[in-house]
Amino acid sequence: MARMKFLCDADRCIECNACVTACKNENEVPWGINRRRVVTINDGKPGERSVSMACMHCTDAPCQAVCPVNAFYTTADGVVLHSKDICIGCGYCFYACPFGAPQYPRVGNFGSRGKMDKCTYCAGGPEPDGSMAEYEKYGANRLAEGKLPMCAEMCSTKSLLAGDGEIIAEIYKERVAKRGYGSGAWGWNTAYRETITS
Amino acid sequence: MAASVAKFRIIVGALALVWVAVSWYPVAAQQPTSVDPTASAVSEQQLLQQFKTIQGRGSIPDTKSYTIEQPAGRDWRHFHEVTLRWIGAVAVLGILALLVIFYLWRGMVRIESGRSGQTIVRFNAAERFVHWMTATCFVILALSGLNITFGRALLLPLMSPVAFTAWSKWAKYAHNYLSFPFTLGVILIFFMWIAGNIPNRVDIEWFRRGGGMVGHDHPPAYRFNSGQKVIYWIVVLGGSAIAVSGYLLMFPFYGTDIQTMQSAEMAHGVIAMLFIAAMLGHIYIGTIGMEGAFEAMGAGTVDVNWAKEHHNLWLEEVRAGGQPRLAQQQPAATPGE
Repeated sequence: MARMKFLCDADRCIECNACVTACKNENEVPWGINRRRVVTINDGKPGERSVSMACMHCTDAPCQAVCPVNAFYTTADGVVLHSKDICIGCGYCFYACPFGAPQYPRVGNFGSRGKMDKCTYCAGGPEPDGSMAEYEKYGANRLAEGKLPMCAEMCSTKSLLAGDGEIIAEIYKERVAKRGYGSGAWGWNTAYRETITS
Repeated sequence: MAASVAKFRIIVGALALVWVAVSWYPVAAQQPTSVDPTASAVSEQQLLQQFKTIQGRGSIPDTKSYTIEQPAGRDWRHFHEVTLRWIGAVAVLGILALLVIFYLWRGMVRIESGRSGQTIVRFNAAERFVHWMTATCFVILALSGLNITFGRALLLPLMSPVAFTAWSKWAKYAHNYLSFPFTLGVILIFFMWIAGNIPNRVDIEWFRRGGGMVGHDHPPAYRFNSGQKVIYWIVVLGGSAIAVSGYLLMFPFYGTDIQTMQSAEMAHGVIAMLFIAAMLGHIYIGTIGMEGAFEAMGAGTVDVNWAKEHHNLWLEEVRAGGQPRLAQQQPAATPGE
């Protein structure tokens, strides 16, 4: 069984934000919510690195652990999804998430939160695959159609890889060996408790 | 003319060839092997060791998104799932066990000389209103708060996820909205009863004699005895801390970063558990723990013998007429006046 993961090659990312735009468009993400974002470290200085970050779909997901109403579930592919019908918008998943993946539309009382939204690995939610209800709540379900997430598909430099963890780790290792350098798979130690040693 | 142009072109061509030949060496020296693209780059491990979070620059208005990684979330998760549950279970179940044991051993503290039938006003209507408003809010806040920590483990197995979500959703609304009257109540309680709750020498004596909880001792006390003063300051100080941390949580990221939010949640949770334990003790002594105590806050009046045994200095003050509330006799029917 495949274990789906994301890998962002920080040495290749050119901060074009194609992944951000692709995700927004494919999932009709509402205004103000950013499932995926690109963050640049040392912007403008030598050694500038950009990383594309969304939900990493962690092993033993912290968001799943702290949710007071048990709104999260992990699929057989290792994708961490949640139910917006069960979510009460308490905000605890954001405190626990090391990557800041949960987003809130700020429509709750006192304008604070509302039902949580996050990257779904383009795998939808608990509603039936491909249904209108699923699309309205969670966005596209590409995984059910056998496709990979739109962000990785649209990446202009193929720095953002998505797919089975072993396969993309292998791709990354080959890259690093061929070009002679690599800053590592950002977030992998925190999310999956593994590092890619090249 | 044509001959000089042709000569010119040969000279230019030769010079170009010489230029290419001469510049071959410096060009060859610029092969990729002499440039290291990772020279000034940072690595994830290095940044995590240096700072608590890995931050960069983004291009969207939400500045929280500029943090790539905050590993402190893992520690907070452990605190909330493990530590806080232990604190809560030990505090609440512990105090309940202690109260049961104490009641079985001591029983209800009786009015030893029996009821006299005469009563005296202890708390006026305004005081009672503020107390009951705060107390009712506290009970609902406590239950809805405990649901966040323990609901998933204890209640969710007993009902459908949809039902549990509906209960938790309304509990959250209640918790957020009742925080306002509760905070107002704490502030009013602070001003209302500060005069009677300043610690003094009488309290040292009261504590030394164990408050009369063991045996039949009746140490002197003014309007509020030392145990009540402890409760007062727990309510005022604990209530203030809970209110401040609670409002930080309710208005998230208004000037706070994620570390502050996590700390606020931890403070709010720990103080709440200890607060609940203290209030369970208070509720016990005010209801089944002591005969004649509940009516003080229920009806506002207490039996004179109860006052004599438990708050004799206060009774003297009231009788001396120095207090706004005067001793009230049971209305003796004055025949035909």
